[in-house]
Parts: sequence; C-alpha cells; structure tokens
Amino acid sequence: MIGVFAFYLFSFVLLMSALFVISARNPVYSVLFLILAFFNAAGLFVLLGAEFVAMILVIVYVGAVAVLFLFVVMMLDINFSELRKGAMQYVPLGLVLGGVLLAELITLYRAWPPAAMNEGGALDVAEKIDNTKALGNILYTDYVFPFQVSGLILLVAMIGAIVLTLRVRPGVLRQVVGSQVSRKASDILKIERVSRGKGVDHV
Amino acid sequence: MNWLMLSPVKPELFLVCVGLILLMVGALRGKSSVGFILSAVLTSFVVAGGFLCLTSGDTPLDTLGGMVAADGFSVWMRFLILGGLFASTLLSVGWLRDNQVVKFEIPLLYLLSGVGMLFMVSSTNLLSLYVSLELSSLCLYVLAAINRDQLRSTEAGLKYFILGALSSGLLLFGISLVYGFTATLSYAEIGAILSQMTLPAGAMVGMVFILAGLVFKISAVPFHMWTPDVYEGAPTPVTALFAIVPKVAAFGLIIRLLTGPFASLHEQASQILIFVALASSVLGAFAGLAQNNFKRLIAYSSIANMGYALLGLLAGTPEGVASVILYLTVYMIMTAGVFAVLMGVKRDGHSIETISDFAGLVKKCPVKAYCLTGLLFSMSGLPPLAGFFAKLFVFQAAVAGGFFTVAVIGVLASVVASYYYLRVIKVMLFDAPEGDFDKDCSFSRRFVMLVSVAFILLFTFVPNYLLDHAQVAAGTLFP
Repeated sequence: MIGVFAFYLFSFVLLMSALFVISARNPVYSVLFLILAFFNAAGLFVLLGAEFVAMILVIVYVGAVAVLFLFVVMMLDINFSELRKGAMQYVPLGLVLGGVLLAELITLYRAWPPAAMNEGGALDVAEKIDNTKALGNILYTDYVFPFQVSGLILLVAMIGAIVLTLRVRPGVLRQVVGSQVSRKASDILKIERVSRGKGVDHV
Repeated sequence: MNWLMLSPVKPELFLVCVGLILLMVGALRGKSSVGFILSAVLTSFVVAGGFLCLTSGDTPLDTLGGMVAADGFSVWMRFLILGGLFASTLLSVGWLRDNQVVKFEIPLLYLLSGVGMLFMVSSTNLLSLYVSLELSSLCLYVLAAINRDQLRSTEAGLKYFILGALSSGLLLFGISLVYGFTATLSYAEIGAILSQMTLPAGAMVGMVFILAGLVFKISAVPFHMWTPDVYEGAPTPVTALFAIVPKVAAFGLIIRLLTGPFASLHEQASQILIFVALASSVLGAFAGLAQNNFKRLIAYSSIANMGYALLGLLAGTPEGVASVILYLTVYMIMTAGVFAVLMGVKRDGHSIETISDFAGLVKKCPVKAYCLTGLLFSMSGLPPLAGFFAKLFVFQAAVAGGFFTVAVIGVLASVVASYYYLRVIKVMLFDAPEGDFDKDCSFSRRFVMLVSVAFILLFTFVPNYLLDHAQVAAGTLFP
C-alpha cells in the first residue's frame, strides 16, 4: 500500500517537475526542476529494487551533470526569452515527429515476443545478493572487456580534450611552487638601519 | 568458451601497454620525445604483426567472456589493419617534420584507434562491437581536428564528430532493438534465435539501424556526405589514415554481422546492400567527375570503391566474402601508394591539392608520375594490374550469386569512374608544367610508394595465391 502511494507520489512529482523544466521562464529554475526530476526518478528506481542505479543517478546526474548545467546557465549571458521566441511555430512539426515515434513504438509493441523470453535472469539473482554486488560480479568477469575498453575510451577523451584545447601562451605568470619554497629571506629582504631624521633614500 | 584466455588478443594487449607507457613518456618529456614516440609506435606495429603471425587462426577461439574471437578471418583483417596503420604512420613521419606539427599525441592516437579497429574486426558481441567502434572513432575525430588553428581542419573535425555521433546513435538504437527482441548480445545466440523465428520484425528493424550506423563508417551512400569535406579539411596524413584503415575495419564488422547473427536475414539484408552498393558506386562515379581537389576526388573514389566491395557481399557465400577481403586488401595498398605520391609532390613547401597542379609532373619527377599513373590505372581497373583482379573477383561473386543486373550496373559505374582517374593521368603526363616542384627526399614516402607499386605490378603473377588464402580466411566465418 505504502509502495503504491510512493510510486504515485514520485511519478506525479517527476512528471510535474519535468513539465516545469520546459515551461519555466527562468533557466535557473529549469535546472533546479531538472534536479528535482532526477531525485524522483531515483526514488522510482529504489521502488523497483534497483538501488545502485538510483544512487548512481543521484551522484552522476545531480552531483555532476545538473550542477554543470547550472554553472553554464549562470555563467553564459544568454537571453533565453529571445531564444524561445518563435518556438511555437515548430509545434506542428513536433507533433508530426512525436506521432511518428508513437506509431513506431506501437508497432514495436505489437511485434513484441511473448513474456516467455523474460524467464530467469535478473529477478532470482536480485533476491540472493544485492544490486551492487551483482553488478560487480559480472562487470569484472563477463564484461571485463567492455569495461576495460571503456576505460581506454575515457583516456582518449581526455587526451583529445587536452590536445585540442591546451594552448601554451607566452608571458603568462605561473605559480612555481619549487622556487617559492626554496626562496630565502636574504634574497628578498634587506635590513637597513635607518638613522633618525634621514629616512631611506634608496629603495 | 574460455573466460580469460589472453593469447588470441596478444597484439592488442601489447599495443595498449606500449601506448600507455608512451603516453607517460610523452607527458613527462614533452615535445622532445615526438621522434622517439613515432619510431616506438612504428616498431610496436611491427611487433604486434609478429605476434599475429604466431597466432594461428585455424582453430577459432573465443575469449574474454565470448566478446572477442580469433579466427582466420580476424587474423587476416587484423594483419591488414596493422599494415595500414604502419603505412599511414610511416607517411605521417615526413609530414610532421615538414609542417612543424610537434604533438606527441598524434602517433598515440593512431595507436589507440588501431587498437579499437583491431578489436572491431574480431568482436563477436554487440557490446564489444560498440565499445571498440567508439574507441577507434573517438581517436579519429580528434585526429581530424588536430590542426586546430586551421579553420578547415576544425570544421572537418566538428563535422565528423557530429555526424559520427549521429551514426553511433543509430547503431545503438539498432543494437537495443535487437537486444530487446532476442534478449542476448552475443552474435552466436542472436543467430540461433533469429534462425528459429519466421519473420522477426523488430530484430529486422534493428538490423537496418545497425547497418545504417556502419554504412556511415564506410562512407557509402546515403551516409557519405561527410567524406569529401573531412578528407579535404583534415591534415593529409590523417586523410591517408581515414582512407586506408577505418573502412577496412568497419567492413570487417559488416561482414561478421551479415555472416553471423544476421545470416538468416540475408534476403532482407541484401535488398539494403543492393541499394547501398549501387547508389555508392553510381554517385561516387558521377560526383567525382566534377572535382578539382585531389583529396575530394579520392573521397568520391573511396565512396565508389566501397560500393563495388559491397557487391561481393550480396551472394552471402564464402567466395563472395573472400573476394571482398581481397578487394579491401588491394584497395588499401593502392590508396596508401596514392597518398605517398600526393604527400611527396610539393611546391614552395606546400603539398599541392588541386588536380591542375599536377600538370607536367612527368618532366620534373618522372618516377612519381609513372608510379601514380600505375596506381590510378590499377584503381580504375585496367587489366594486368591488381585493381583489375580485385574488381573481377567481386563482380564474379555477384554474378555467381545471381545478381546479374546489379553487377552490370556496377561495371558501368566503374567505367564512368575511370574517366577521372584518366584525367589526372592526362594532366600529369601531357600538360605543360606551371612551375617547379620541390625536391622530395623522404625515404618513408618513397618506401610506401614503391612497395605499393610493386604489389600492384606483381599481383598479376600470383592472383590465385592470395585468393586461396582469402578463401580459407573467409571459410572460418561459415562453420
């Protein structure tokens, strides 16, 4: 009973906040609603017994992606109401595309094989060990190859980002920790005995 | 199935380790290490080829949880890819020196994209297919834009990246559909399930999307639009890499998919193949006629060539597959030779790009001019040269499969295409020179050029030798 109630609560808030994401006037509000939508989706995953996916959703999407969005929205000076002008003229096109996708979904659903294919698999495993363990068990055994190659892909992404954007500019002041630490007082400080009434004339 | 047996993937493992070590060397030593890294990468390609020679493909082996297979086909294709990588790295040596592009990442990206391509041709699982495809493509996007201060290079990189991401999306959508309807990602299991179904509509839609994503990678019509712009915009050695290697790898993927999981859908797949093959060979032939830039011309020529190669797959027989892998071998070697000549012909320190700049090349550098003549004759399919036999075998396979009309249209398109090869030859041999060409003394370019010319000349004496080996390699795909 409480599960059903939670499901409807999460789904309702999810749909509502998704609606506000696209209808809010202020883009910062949009991003905040997006974060709310992610939290509710995570709640739905918990209800499904997929707690690992729920936590990953919160950590990755809320913790990294949405915050990044927020930074970009706040730092770029874009007039969003200007951008939104004339968006309504694309409604017919959007409806047509949506209709086509819906028709495809319905066709696929009708061609779906009977439930016999879903026997075995995830459920009986989930009862014995928890999610994270189950994922870890296959990630480092059966799927070790895609896992490792994904690591290489991330490495290539990093190399690419660095090689395409890093510029060495001459004349930029940089902090050199080594020379800062090895600096002695005698290099920069000069102690003068100042006679009364004369002051210092060579600085 | 062996879960963790590393001997079939020794070349790839070796290359990855070398790549990671060289990355550290480059990061610590900076620009002074470019020469060392280049030669180390070249050597490691040779060593990886040596490892591959030790691997026998006679007994097909599954490893890494059934994600990767080492059979005769994958050994042949991996050998081809390593050769192409070696040639394109060798070609870029002189270019990097001449153009003062000192980035140690370039050879490393060659190497990592090579690892991706090596895995591509031996992957036997839709998941490993996708990750290895992405590994190689991501390196290629970066390489296309590597000359980031030039507008054309960045444009090429961006265009390739966006369209490539789109094609990856199509591919993933197709994979998800196939997974949804068969509940497995492994090629063997998909093949078994699909052969039992009478008309698997969903999986068929999935196959169409997967093919669309892969057709982009081999730049066949209707997903060819990026090719001329990327070829023109990217730095010439990178263009050489694009033209030589990734297509072979993507073709390997297509062959493996069509003979493995989708073998029972061959009838439906061949309808798509007929359209793609004919459209590519006709468009490549006619659009190439209007080109003045040599790199764009090569781009259209590659579109047409992919069309001819696809014809060999129509029949779905071991002979057809053998003819296709032979075609890819010959095409790769010819293209490497053409790029070796193109990069060596310079005026005032710049590589020339338009066809009219080749005027009178024969008077100044006769060796290069005659080599290019031979290579272009071979590309257009003139009899005693290797290109003729490659085309002959492919068309023969199509005719043997009963695709007579399709083969005839392909031959006619190839006749049209020979016009633009002949035009380059005419400009080179008979037109008056417009100015002096620079002296080029790069040993690496001359080496690639001479090896390639020697191959196309000598192939005619032993055409069946390679074909027999190709047939053995292709036979491992048909248990």
